[in-house]
Amino acid sequence: MENFLQSLVSGVVIGGIYALIAMGFVVIYKATGIINFAIGEFMMLGAFFCYTAMTAAKFPFAVSLLMAIAGAAALGGLVERFILRPLLGKNMISIIMVTIGLSSVFKGVAQLVWSGDYRAFPPIFPRMPILMGNIVIPSRQFYPFLIAIAAAALIWLVFRFTRTGVSMRATANDQAAAFSMGIDIRRVFSLSWSLAAVAAALSGVVIGTMGGISPQLGAIGLKVFPVVILGGLDSIGGALAGGFLIGILENLAGGYLDPLILGGGIKEVAPFLVLVVILMIRPYGLFGTREIERL
Amino acid sequence: MNEVLAVEGVTLAFGGVNALTGVDLSVPEGAIYGIIGPNGAGKTSLLNCIGGFYRPRAGSVRFLGRDVTRLSPDRRAAMGMARTFQNIALFKGMTVLDNIKLGAHAHLGTNVFSALLYSPGARREEASLREEVENDVIDFLEIEHLRNRTVGGLSYGLQKRVELGRALAMRPKVLLLDEPIAGMNQEETEDMARFILDIKEERGVTLVMIEHHMGVVMDICDRVAVLNFGVKITEGAPVEVKENPEVVKAYLGKSH
Repeated sequence: MENFLQSLVSGVVIGGIYALIAMGFVVIYKATGIINFAIGEFMMLGAFFCYTAMTAAKFPFAVSLLMAIAGAAALGGLVERFILRPLLGKNMISIIMVTIGLSSVFKGVAQLVWSGDYRAFPPIFPRMPILMGNIVIPSRQFYPFLIAIAAAALIWLVFRFTRTGVSMRATANDQAAAFSMGIDIRRVFSLSWSLAAVAAALSGVVIGTMGGISPQLGAIGLKVFPVVILGGLDSIGGALAGGFLIGILENLAGGYLDPLILGGGIKEVAPFLVLVVILMIRPYGLFGTREIERL
Repeated sequence: MNEVLAVEGVTLAFGGVNALTGVDLSVPEGAIYGIIGPNGAGKTSLLNCIGGFYRPRAGSVRFLGRDVTRLSPDRRAAMGMARTFQNIALFKGMTVLDNIKLGAHAHLGTNVFSALLYSPGARREEASLREEVENDVIDFLEIEHLRNRTVGGLSYGLQKRVELGRALAMRPKVLLLDEPIAGMNQEETEDMARFILDIKEERGVTLVMIEHHMGVVMDICDRVAVLNFGVKITEGAPVEVKENPEVVKAYLGKSH
């Protein structure tokens, strides 16, 4: 039982972080229809921004985090303005290929600037583990989790309740209608890329503080695909639910199935297996928009 | 009468095909201005030039005395231009009220900071004004009972009505309607024609309307322009236009 709860808690922690990455992904998809394969690299760069501010410039963690947020927002906005906006109206496959290219470029640039070495963040959080009954939550999991959840909640609130969020949703629904109602959709595009880059950067920092960073950190971003497809590509709430589900599933599979199977590794595969099953039952994801075609 | 909207020498080409060639329109204040013509005549292209979705190759569009040829659709909307679309363009996942709300406040500025800068009093005032507009539009179009229904599930005719409501909530000076009646049954057609007339008479909004339903066009329009192959072939009061031999030829072919 204790073992089970321990796996569950670890799953919730990592799930919160998956949820945050997935939100960044969904915000872009919802507002612009683009599937952003570079989300993992936005994450990695955000983590490096924070790391550099802390180690090279010796800023405290909170300040470094704010700088990483600002840097990510600027990067997201620039990428949208100068790389994606000129492609507006082009074939979606070409645009998606561009995001894949972007991820390679970012990885390369990160290796040039920071080298390919693995680095650990300086210690940030108090070392005392958190005790919940008999469950131990290591402090390096607990505090990052709090940050991830706070960030996810904030993004959800922005999207749901602010006027900017409403114009994003309207643009997502129908670009021409939004444009003709006085919504500046170019601004909405920039904003959603910035917002997504910030979400990614925060999750990058959070993961970095847990396990260190390298230019390969973006590979974790791949986990975002089972998460968003599970939750529905266009559902913010779905991203949240999908994140937790995949996180928990992964950890339970790791705790119970890995020891039984020669070589282990079920932990990595389990989310994708469940994904296949869920898609067979609900092809539009758990919370995605069901396309209704009236004939 | 005052001219609110003027199109001068508008020419639009897609590749080598001229969609519009030197089209002039002058829309007087408080009129219902009809644009008719066979399929492919360039009516929707013309409306898109007026609304800002297309930028003409030559010519200009003036709105309220100002040259808006180079302004984007959102800026024109902020000046008081609203429109509906041929294939309904509603926010389908949202409720009727939310759609109308978006119309009522989208153009007031989409900035989080501007909302923070207003004093609470001014914000309350703005909020109550907005609510008044929303209720007024909902009453006017008789869609009170649909207020909280999701738009995607409504019938075609009702969706068209909601789209009209959303445009009205923007408190426009000029309303562009792209085939407001197409695909409706008799009863829906009569309702819509009545709403359009009321919009002009009770609200003093100028309307520009593309429509194929000749009966309605002849009944409610004050002036009608006829397009054929991207060229305006005539313009005038509905009766004059109906009897113009050029128009008959465009619709029925040469031999008649």
